[in-house]
Amino acid sequence: MERKISRGRFLKVMGAGAVAGSTLSILACQPNTNPQQSGGGGGGPEEKELNLYNWSEYVAKSTIPGFEKETGIQVTQDFFSSNEELLAKLRAGGTGYDVIVPSDYMVAIMIKSDVLQPLDKSKIPNFKNIGENFRGLSYDPDNEYSVPYQWGTTGILYNKKEIGQLEDSWEPMWTPDFTGKIGMLNDERETPGAALYKLGYSVNATEDEQLQEAEAELKKQKPLLRGYFDSTQNRPLVQNGDLLLGHVFSGDAFLALSENEDLDYIIPKPGATRWTDNMCIPNGAQHPDNAHKFINYILDAKVGAALSNYTYYNTPNGAALPMIDDALKKLPGYELGPEVFDRLQVIEDVGEATRKYSRLFTEVKSS
Amino acid sequence: MGEEKGRGWSLGLAGLLTPVTVWLGLFFLVPLLFILAYSFGTSGIYGGITLGFNPGNYLRVFDPLYLEIVGRTLVIALLNTFLCLLLGYPLAYFIAFKGGSRKNLLILLVMIPFWTSLLLRAYAWVVILGGNGIANRALQFLGITDGPVNLIFTPQAVIMGMVYSYLPFMILPLYAALEKFDARLKEAAQDLGASRWHTFWRVTFPLSMPGVIAGSILVFIPSAGEFVIPNLLGGARTVLVGNLIQQQFLLARDWAFGSALAMMLAALLVGAIMFYVRKVGTENLEGV
Amino acid sequence: MGESKGGPVYKGLGKIPDRALLLFATLLYVFLYAPILVLVFFSFNSSKSTQVWTGFSTEWYGELISDQSVLEAFRLSMIVGVTATAIATVIGTLTALALTRHRFRGKTLADSAIYAATVMPEIVVGVSLLVFFVAAGLQLGITTIIIAHVAFTISFVTIVVRARLSGMDRSIEEAAQDLGANPIETFLRVTLPLILPGVMAGALLAFTLSLDDFVITFFVAGVGSSTLPLKIYSMIKFGVSPVINALSTVVLVATMVLVFGGSHFFMRKENA
Repeated sequence: MERKISRGRFLKVMGAGAVAGSTLSILACQPNTNPQQSGGGGGGPEEKELNLYNWSEYVAKSTIPGFEKETGIQVTQDFFSSNEELLAKLRAGGTGYDVIVPSDYMVAIMIKSDVLQPLDKSKIPNFKNIGENFRGLSYDPDNEYSVPYQWGTTGILYNKKEIGQLEDSWEPMWTPDFTGKIGMLNDERETPGAALYKLGYSVNATEDEQLQEAEAELKKQKPLLRGYFDSTQNRPLVQNGDLLLGHVFSGDAFLALSENEDLDYIIPKPGATRWTDNMCIPNGAQHPDNAHKFINYILDAKVGAALSNYTYYNTPNGAALPMIDDALKKLPGYELGPEVFDRLQVIEDVGEATRKYSRLFTEVKSS
Repeated sequence: MGEEKGRGWSLGLAGLLTPVTVWLGLFFLVPLLFILAYSFGTSGIYGGITLGFNPGNYLRVFDPLYLEIVGRTLVIALLNTFLCLLLGYPLAYFIAFKGGSRKNLLILLVMIPFWTSLLLRAYAWVVILGGNGIANRALQFLGITDGPVNLIFTPQAVIMGMVYSYLPFMILPLYAALEKFDARLKEAAQDLGASRWHTFWRVTFPLSMPGVIAGSILVFIPSAGEFVIPNLLGGARTVLVGNLIQQQFLLARDWAFGSALAMMLAALLVGAIMFYVRKVGTENLEGV
Repeated sequence: MGESKGGPVYKGLGKIPDRALLLFATLLYVFLYAPILVLVFFSFNSSKSTQVWTGFSTEWYGELISDQSVLEAFRLSMIVGVTATAIATVIGTLTALALTRHRFRGKTLADSAIYAATVMPEIVVGVSLLVFFVAAGLQLGITTIIIAHVAFTISFVTIVVRARLSGMDRSIEEAAQDLGANPIETFLRVTLPLILPGVMAGALLAFTLSLDDFVITFFVAGVGSSTLPLKIYSMIKFGVSPVINALSTVVLVATMVLVFGGSHFFMRKENA
């Protein structure tokens, strides 16, 4: 009896195991369902493909179809949701992407981590369209590895109708009158950064003393807050009235402002962030030539304008500026005069101190 | 009844266990060894790891800030498990015993909402519980409150969100255990004079224990690793160990410490389950 | 003989508790579906917001039809979900049978391993699998996603099926064997139907877990293998488009039609 059961079960199970095993081996041996298998190595002509790794909703409807039509290159777009995840994936060996879109401080980190390849500017003639203010930024002084894609500021979106016109300052985010109606960003550089700005320090401070002061400010602020949110969450909360003030990225502010005239956007003194997303080519890209073509295409004036008109973020492309929608240009905080521009700071990689910021923010959120 | 239970190894047993051994062995245990190696390594500033023997990462876990986070996480996970049991059991009971021919349909209906993205459903909760949302309007309409109340972005909202997310993990195993029930057992009990309540506590519930245990484990464990709900529904004011580990791997680029944290958490939780299962009685998990 | 109020036939918990149970169940279903209704509602929003209502519009459904990336993501999620669920359910059921019906040396270790697979935080599983795949020279893609999904759902299936198997009356199986059925027949004709609700429950759980997985999938996905969660969670930075609401609504309606239609069909067959 015992043996009979064993045998029968054994056969049945071996059968199932065989099925599972062969399924696995079939799947494993099968080439990637990605229909585009790149064959070309070094010198040979590249396949007409491009693998783009970007944020969701960060290209206009016409961008990719336009590129495909113009060059005949098929674009596959995949999505990542944070700079850090992008880095972690690249470092752990995840390859296959030709163009990636990291933010400024991450470009610096990636350069130091040796995951990017240098750009061949001769293949990017449209680079000349990039405005003076956007060339040679601190994280990549010679634009060796990156080209700006979109840029923006981080400021305060607030309900002008309810609380009146505000001065350009961080004070409102620390005002007890607005308790429970303030939302800050859940970002370990931007929010400690806001405290640092308020104290008059650099957003890239690394000294313990300054960081401790920032921590104290944030702990003072926490009871007044509704919470720490993503920018895309602060926006509807301000629009719906759940918040009176929201710490947001400019694009979200402009989206809200274009729908609701009761709102306003300020870029506080004495300092606020100006951030830039960039296009880079990672090491191991299978289609570097196509990648350059894509980058060049994005830097075209018309394409750049279409991009910014869709995303509501600012373009670094001087040649594209005339073609930006007037409705956008008129929004507060969209076009910046030099006095505003001068007080903007760029978040940079702070090396070892990054872990200090991580710990600082965790302490604050846990308090 | 004579139970024919396999004792010791046999070909049949080996056969049954081969697929899982291969799959988990290869795709879980081997990667786990990497993590173990990392946990003893030293993190580079930009995310690399130098392997070696550095127990310092484990010592860092005993920082009061981190211990507090772990403690808080466990409390919330326990609370979540208890609430899921409280709410999930009656529903599982209802479907198993009152569902009749519609049982399968009812169970599917429980799961269907969970096939939409959690992100979207969390945003929907923000709308429902917002200042101008349905919940507040209903409360004011019923006269229970005078003005909008903070319903969302509170610790309560986080708990509600977690219960909402994890209910199926409790309902499914409970249903699986209850459904095999022979209603005649209950009939017999009542014929013998037991009240309905008595029947439930002395007959039904004990026999559903395997489901209760399975459900508890399936809710408690993943709850301890949760990191999305506290951000989406809690305004990120509650830091749980899931957030912490995420942060170490991503923002702090400290893979070594993150790995050590994960290993400690895993050891803690597996230890807890084994203890729980032993205590409640493994006989419940095996054939009676 | 003391009889329950309802007479000699088992009448459940009695009228009032029965009604209360029905009410409770209904309320719980409302709780589960409340956000879904809001979700559907906002699929008809006239602005790009999923939380601020600005007016009625069906533009997002139009967008859905033309948005290749969303449709492709959905298709991939389905392929991964169904395949991973099938494999995980088979393996998980076999494992549950082994663990429930046998006592053997190393069982504690096996149990621990099964539990450990549910315990590991997603980021750890994701990163470690990626490192492993790269080291093993496997190309990232749909295959690696499926492998990863099976790996993290097997344990859930196992645990659910075990809950079903424990305490199961084996006399029917024994009777079948006494009557001459061989083990395969016994399994297919007797055991499997008896544990089927458990197996189905496990499969449902695995499928649900696979559909919305983000972190693990992110790390092991290759080029061109963006599943729906990868597309959706990436929208956190620049805004979730109601196109996703539209997709979810369509899927919801289709599922409901299938489920209700299917059950109606089966009920009819039974009554025939």
